[in-house]
Amino acid sequence: MVSTLQDFIYDEARLIDSADYEAWLALFADDGRYWVPLKGQAQTEDERHNAIADESPLLLRLRVARLRGDRAHSQQQRSQCQHVLQSPRLLSSDAGVHTLHTPFTYAESRGEEMVVLHGHCVHRLRETPEGLRIALKRVNLVNAHARLPMIQLFP
Amino acid sequence: MSTPLSAASIRELVRADQVHKDLYLSPELFALEQREFFGNTWQYAGHVSQIPQALDYITVDIAGQSLLILRDNEGEVRALHNRCAHKGVRLYTAESGQLGARFLRCPYHAWSYRLDGALASYPLRAGYEGTGMCESANGQGLAPVSGLKVYRGFIFVRVNPEGPAFEDYFGEAVAALDQMVDRSPSGELVIEGGVLRNTIHCNWKFYLENINDTVHPVSTHESAVRAAQSQWTETDPNAPKPLAIEQILPFGQPYAFFEGMGGRVLPHGHSISGTRASVHSGYGELGDYVKALAAAHGEERAKAILEHSPQNVVLYPSLAVKGSPQTIRVIRPVAVDRTVIEAWNFRTLGGPDLLFDRALNYSRLVFSPMSIVAHDDIHLFEQQQQGLRSGPNDWVSLHRDFNSAELDTLPMDTNGSSELLIRNQYRAWAAHMTRRIA
Repeated sequence: MVSTLQDFIYDEARLIDSADYEAWLALFADDGRYWVPLKGQAQTEDERHNAIADESPLLLRLRVARLRGDRAHSQQQRSQCQHVLQSPRLLSSDAGVHTLHTPFTYAESRGEEMVVLHGHCVHRLRETPEGLRIALKRVNLVNAHARLPMIQLFP
Repeated sequence: MSTPLSAASIRELVRADQVHKDLYLSPELFALEQREFFGNTWQYAGHVSQIPQALDYITVDIAGQSLLILRDNEGEVRALHNRCAHKGVRLYTAESGQLGARFLRCPYHAWSYRLDGALASYPLRAGYEGTGMCESANGQGLAPVSGLKVYRGFIFVRVNPEGPAFEDYFGEAVAALDQMVDRSPSGELVIEGGVLRNTIHCNWKFYLENINDTVHPVSTHESAVRAAQSQWTETDPNAPKPLAIEQILPFGQPYAFFEGMGGRVLPHGHSISGTRASVHSGYGELGDYVKALAAAHGEERAKAILEHSPQNVVLYPSLAVKGSPQTIRVIRPVAVDRTVIEAWNFRTLGGPDLLFDRALNYSRLVFSPMSIVAHDDIHLFEQQQQGLRSGPNDWVSLHRDFNSAELDTLPMDTNGSSELLIRNQYRAWAAHMTRRIA
């Protein structure tokens, strides 16, 4: 089971890195959440604190629709990204919901620019009749508090 | 810049309807601008809710100088230069915190200061006897910042000793702060929810101009608006929209809408964009809060507070206020081609959570480093920074709706898409830049 969960996480990153966003979106549960908290790992889930990104599937679809369009000016030179993941650790499994912790580095290039981010992800994966789905992908940046440059894709 | 930076040469860079590219590109002009323009004018430093208790402090960089803003034992807000009088160490390096004691102490050689900045003690006192230290600038302690004003909780500073008083400088622009404070039935705002910060690779003026540029959304934000339209189908026009949809779709308003919003310019570069309406006008109902506000301020004032939601009020040059959603942006120049933008949100004490949620949502959607709205803005500002180097045209156009009558009329009302709001900034810029130099 652990290796199935780990493979899911590796594949998830690979879909982003290969710009296969539609397949990536399909991994999210209908009530799924992609979240980059502003306090990084210190932020609790019920806190009314802002986030760098806090996206429902609707907002993720909107983001992908923009990237696919021809008027996304910041994407005249398309951004490309690469995740490098450490082996995900299974933190807990309860009632068909698995929580995993995955340190990462993330590089995003646009023209001559390169943005490099570090941190770890917490995935909450839910077993469904259709297979595993992402209930939560939480991206804890080590410098979430910092004066960040624009991040165009999905750390 | 091949010519020396005399007052006359600086004034020549600002024409009635154009500005010279050096305003954005020249490192020499930026250095002078930090010292003169940002030093001579009033800058937003922070909000009292960031230092609620005695001995709380924040640090902030203004006009290229590190400042320490603290609350003393009597509850007074004080602003000091964050520079040890001895050898120049920046005393406090965290963005915010609690002073450990009733003295400020430099970790390097243990010089310590009272909370008003006066030098209190230093080791080996005898070694200074007969030297000129006590009489010199080094003996004077931490210099208080020349100008400090707390206006309804908003802390402003003016670094240089010369310059207009706070009231003369901002004039009726402070109504935007009143408007936001009065959204609380108890008259209290609290900064909450953290600060979103972006580093952008362009001159600060591109960002600030854009805050008053109502003509760009149609083309700049086409990608975000189209994407929102493609992903949202309204099934029931009376049902509340998701906040994100409510907030992104209005960016797609046509030119005529923005033109009709109305604008107003004030002395010293301040402006109101959206005197009659704005993209924020159509936000949904707030229920009982409306009654609470009427109880606190009276029906008429409550109605005025809720119905008046300009797109942006600029308290030139460091602060842009959105009364609804309750978000401010703070512009901090770092280098000629580097600027930090901060977005802070206010909770209205006595107001509904929805108001705060709107602020958090809006600033995340529009001002975050991951904002798909900001991505296109920032990309274009960064391309201005690059493109302006390409000659032979040295001038940026600010011609739209220029009328020579505006040159001696302030305040002045105009349409919502007039570049008068931007021209007015540069007229103030030239005046404050050259106030102290020949």
